Amino acid sequence: MSKVGLIIGREYFSRVKKKSFLVTTILVPLVIIGFYAAIIAITVKGSSDKQSVAILDEANLFNGKVEMDTTKDKNIDFRFVQNVSESAYVKKYKDAGYNAFLYIPPFNIDSPSNFKLHTQAATSLSTNAAIEDVINKAIENKRLVSQGIDPKKYKQIASDISLKNIDDTKKEGAANSVMAAYVVSFACGILIYMMMIIYGTQVMRGVTEEKTNRIAEVIVSSVKPFQLMMGKIIGIGAVGLTQFAIWIILLSLMQFAIPLIFPEMLHQAASVAANPGATSKAAEFFSGVATLPLFKIAVSFIFYFLGGYLTYASLFAAIGSVVSEDQQEAQQLVFPILMPIILGFVIMTKAVNDPNSSLAVFGSLFPLTSPIVMMGRITYDIPAWQLVTSGVLLVGCFLLFTWLTGKIYRIGILMYGKKPSWKEMIKWGFRKG
Amino acid sequence: MNILELHNLKKYFATQKAVDDISFSIKQGSIFGLLGPNGAGKTTLIRMITGIFYPDSGNIILNGKKFDALNDSLHIGYMPEERGLYKKMKIGEQALYLAQLKGMSRSDAMSNIKEWFVKFGMETWWNKKVEDLSKGMSQKLQFVTTVLHQPKLIILDEPFSGLDPVNANLIKDEIFNLAKKGSTIIFSTHRMEQVEEICDHIILVNKGNKILDGTVTNVKQEFKENVYRIGARILPEQLMTHIFEVVKLEPEQLLLKLTHDTQPNDVLKYFINQGVNIHSFNEVLPSLNDIFIRLVEGTAKARQFQSIN
Repeated sequence: MSKVGLIIGREYFSRVKKKSFLVTTILVPLVIIGFYAAIIAITVKGSSDKQSVAILDEANLFNGKVEMDTTKDKNIDFRFVQNVSESAYVKKYKDAGYNAFLYIPPFNIDSPSNFKLHTQAATSLSTNAAIEDVINKAIENKRLVSQGIDPKKYKQIASDISLKNIDDTKKEGAANSVMAAYVVSFACGILIYMMMIIYGTQVMRGVTEEKTNRIAEVIVSSVKPFQLMMGKIIGIGAVGLTQFAIWIILLSLMQFAIPLIFPEMLHQAASVAANPGATSKAAEFFSGVATLPLFKIAVSFIFYFLGGYLTYASLFAAIGSVVSEDQQEAQQLVFPILMPIILGFVIMTKAVNDPNSSLAVFGSLFPLTSPIVMMGRITYDIPAWQLVTSGVLLVGCFLLFTWLTGKIYRIGILMYGKKPSWKEMIKWGFRKG
Repeated sequence: MNILELHNLKKYFATQKAVDDISFSIKQGSIFGLLGPNGAGKTTLIRMITGIFYPDSGNIILNGKKFDALNDSLHIGYMPEERGLYKKMKIGEQALYLAQLKGMSRSDAMSNIKEWFVKFGMETWWNKKVEDLSKGMSQKLQFVTTVLHQPKLIILDEPFSGLDPVNANLIKDEIFNLAKKGSTIIFSTHRMEQVEEICDHIILVNKGNKILDGTVTNVKQEFKENVYRIGARILPEQLMTHIFEVVKLEPEQLLLKLTHDTQPNDVLKYFINQGVNIHSFNEVLPSLNDIFIRLVEGTAKARQFQSIN
């Protein structure tokens, strides 16, 4: 086995064999998915505790009957009270078993005001909104009647549509969902951004550890410093790819497993389906994801992850090689490297909204930001020349940086004491031989 | 046969002439002492021999051929002064990894590691981590990883620091053993008594220059000051003579420095004529420590920064 292979193997296995690797790789997505599942479950079920509200309707707004959208607001139970005054009942509604007391004074139908909701604690936004909704509906009905319109007729007339966007540049039949493209692009961009920072700093810490442990001196007496650096970078990159592979496998397993483990979730979804509008969005999203060029996305993702990671990892390695014990020094030096990454992230958030703006195109060609920005545009149609240029520039940048930082690394790793200035480091980078 | 020859080696850094025109050669199977005060350029010299640094000029000849850092590093074992091991790695795996980096096959490395671990009583350490070891224990491990691949040239920088006398002797014996089997050892230290005990040949560097080169015996002869110690029950109170000066008067013995042209026998004759009952008479050679201090003293305590053009 070649020496670089040995180094890659050590870097790779010493990380993958750690318990924390398995825990973070498997647990983190599970936690995230579980979190979203919980949110969905809660919104589907609605809040479980039933609210009961007493209404003192002095204006006779409701005519003794509350009209409610049963699917949405079924957890609020309205009861009417009569023959009491507001000030007297405020003291009693709690003992009578109500959570809230709604007081509707006589009011002018053209400028309704002064409705009060008495509670023992601040109500939730959704309860508030539901009660407001109920009152608004009642007032609307009153107004309709006063204008001589039958509220039932009005319901038939009223319209509530949702717009479906079809991109005609796509192949026929492939209905593209803007929503799905947006979400997938954004997720890919963020993922690349996070992975670059996480694995880049791992490279930096590894290099600093070798230097401060003085093991570097032993190792560079048997291999070239450049081999040590590349071995570390490749080994840690392979850890990243392994993590992806595990995630992809987990995700595909999950698609089969979830309906088996939680059959009730299917029922929930089915019951929601009775209520159009809400589900059509979700269904549209998932069918939209299916129409995206998933293979192209996966290939570009791996390419841009590797390109971006390798470019930045060599910079991180150089930084790691020049700092000694002091972590604060590392923070200072890392900042200029983080800036283009953060810039890329900012451009990416713009690019997902407007993928063909000149800023987005520039960001996806410029090699320091292209891995993040290009992933933000990846679900849209990108001209081939842009993809090729971006790829070539990225690879070129990686080669150049590795060449320069390799020389900084070679000197830095054996230097102790004073932290070199940027000027000195650049001088090392361009030194011959 | 010389295993290593250095010809006019130079290495300048931005502010210092770290190594300024040093040449010497080392015989195969010898134990060679590389001495010098702090900052004399020893580490830089060693780093050039191990292939970590390239010299600015000059040649290194290893085993009769021009030194080729990439391939020859396999024949060199280097134990730096600042010990370095991966703290979180298991000891067995670490030794295996370092041996494989030196180009050994896995199975060869395994059998050598087992042999050394048994020799040093480290069999139970295999699955421990370096961070669990004491300083002396990790020192032993470092020594084992240095010599595992049976290098022809072994470079040890302060190998005994932090070791108790028992373990220091253990390693000292191994150093003699390795030399007997044909390995050459370069031994860098400030501890002169160890040098006297172990080394055949020494050089002394100071401020990047070689200021002394020779076998331990020759160096001592070269720096002897004609000092003799004479022991007797009763020594005369008055010593009026021109053939020697009294350096030191101790109970029952005298340290004498012979003046020019005086032979030891003249001194003996003088005391015999005085009727002194001599029970001992021997030459006092300077210790390497004295020589070291004498040569280095007078130069500034620390190296000054200089500008290099």
